[in-house]
Amino acid sequence: MTSPAASAPGFTTAPGSESGFVVSLDGFAGPLDLLLYLLREEKIEIADIPVARIADQFLQAIHTLGLNQAADYLEMAGRLVRLKVAMLLPRRPDEEGWEDPRHELVRRLLEYQQIREIASWLERRAERQALRFPRGYLPAPPDIPPPPLVIDLAELLRAVEKIISEIPQPVLHRVVPRPLDVEGATRRIEALLAEHEEIAWLDALGPERTIADLLSTLIALLELARRGGLHLHQPAPFAPLVIRRDAPRPTD
Amino acid sequence: MTPLAQLIEAALFAAARPVTAEELQTLDPDASAADVRTALDQLKEHYDFEGHAIELVEIAGGYQLLTRPAFAAAVERAQLGLRQPRLTQAALETLSVISYRQPVGRAEIEEIRGVSAGGVLRTLQERGLIEVVGRSEALGRPLLYGTTNQFLEMLGLRDLGELPRTEEFAVALQPPKPDSTDSEGAAASVPAES
Repeated sequence: MTSPAASAPGFTTAPGSESGFVVSLDGFAGPLDLLLYLLREEKIEIADIPVARIADQFLQAIHTLGLNQAADYLEMAGRLVRLKVAMLLPRRPDEEGWEDPRHELVRRLLEYQQIREIASWLERRAERQALRFPRGYLPAPPDIPPPPLVIDLAELLRAVEKIISEIPQPVLHRVVPRPLDVEGATRRIEALLAEHEEIAWLDALGPERTIADLLSTLIALLELARRGGLHLHQPAPFAPLVIRRDAPRPTD
Repeated sequence: MTPLAQLIEAALFAAARPVTAEELQTLDPDASAADVRTALDQLKEHYDFEGHAIELVEIAGGYQLLTRPAFAAAVERAQLGLRQPRLTQAALETLSVISYRQPVGRAEIEEIRGVSAGGVLRTLQERGLIEVVGRSEALGRPLLYGTTNQFLEMLGLRDLGELPRTEEFAVALQPPKPDSTDSEGAAASVPAES
């Protein structure tokens, strides 16, 4: 029996977080375990328990060990005190039908003792079986990694050169504070049209000719045309756009 | 070895769990149950008598290839195999009750052990050693628990019949008497006055 209860009982009690009290038992697996321990200490036969003495010892034990708030132990303490009282009741020696009030407790202790024996059998058996390893089972990884490469140095260098040669240019990321500036383009076009009756597409585009400026200008032109501030004209397919000032449409 | 024995060896090697004789029989449509048994015997002999570090073990209703105990320490030291974490005393006691009384409800387990069992039952369930096998007809239809194949694997048992008979223990495990489980029974049977 590997129960630490047989050697040195060690207890730690910890204040519970919310529900009152939590007992962490390093020593005893429960009140029956503690009771068996007391009986063993006193070298008492389970079948003939001196209830009064054991009940007192049990109460003292759970008090000193700080278990007197643990429900399981309190319940057993209650049973023992009730038994103690029952045993104190006088009875006629020849009384028929008298049943030893300790019977139920004795039955439970014997039953629990047997469970302890089975538990230690299971433990020994599991320890023995733990010495036999099955094949290590690993679930298949979601992506199977490529097999390790087998190459020589020349091949490696060739591969590196090939990769380097394929790099077009160092690609730098440009941070554009305002990618599209439709308002700016609108203002520019309106200013130009205030001076000129007609402007060319390239004039409207302004000095900067990035994609963002081009798109801004295009959106501004379309927006102004929709509002009716200007008139877009393309003399021939793919010819440059001609932008002409337009009299505002009568509002509706 | 016969081709069937080789086939079984391959299957047992590939499967990381105990494989039943019925499953092994599906390897070869022409093989009978007796053929499979003969092949298993041959395979077992092969491992036993030719100095192999693994053995063919009958376990949890099936067959499995396991390393021999003599090599456990070295394999574990090299961190190539992991031992199962040990069970606590509470877990072992709870397993004991369940293995002998299954299907058994939480109330009966708590009655026998004298402590509440909720946390232990959850832990054992998470480790796959017990499972819910049904519901009792009693009030509240409480869940009933039983042991799993993994329980047998952990102990290296073929089946539950390999658990020691309770007569082999010092104390016979009596089935609970219907009237004696009542905690009031003992006190009530005492004469109130003489």
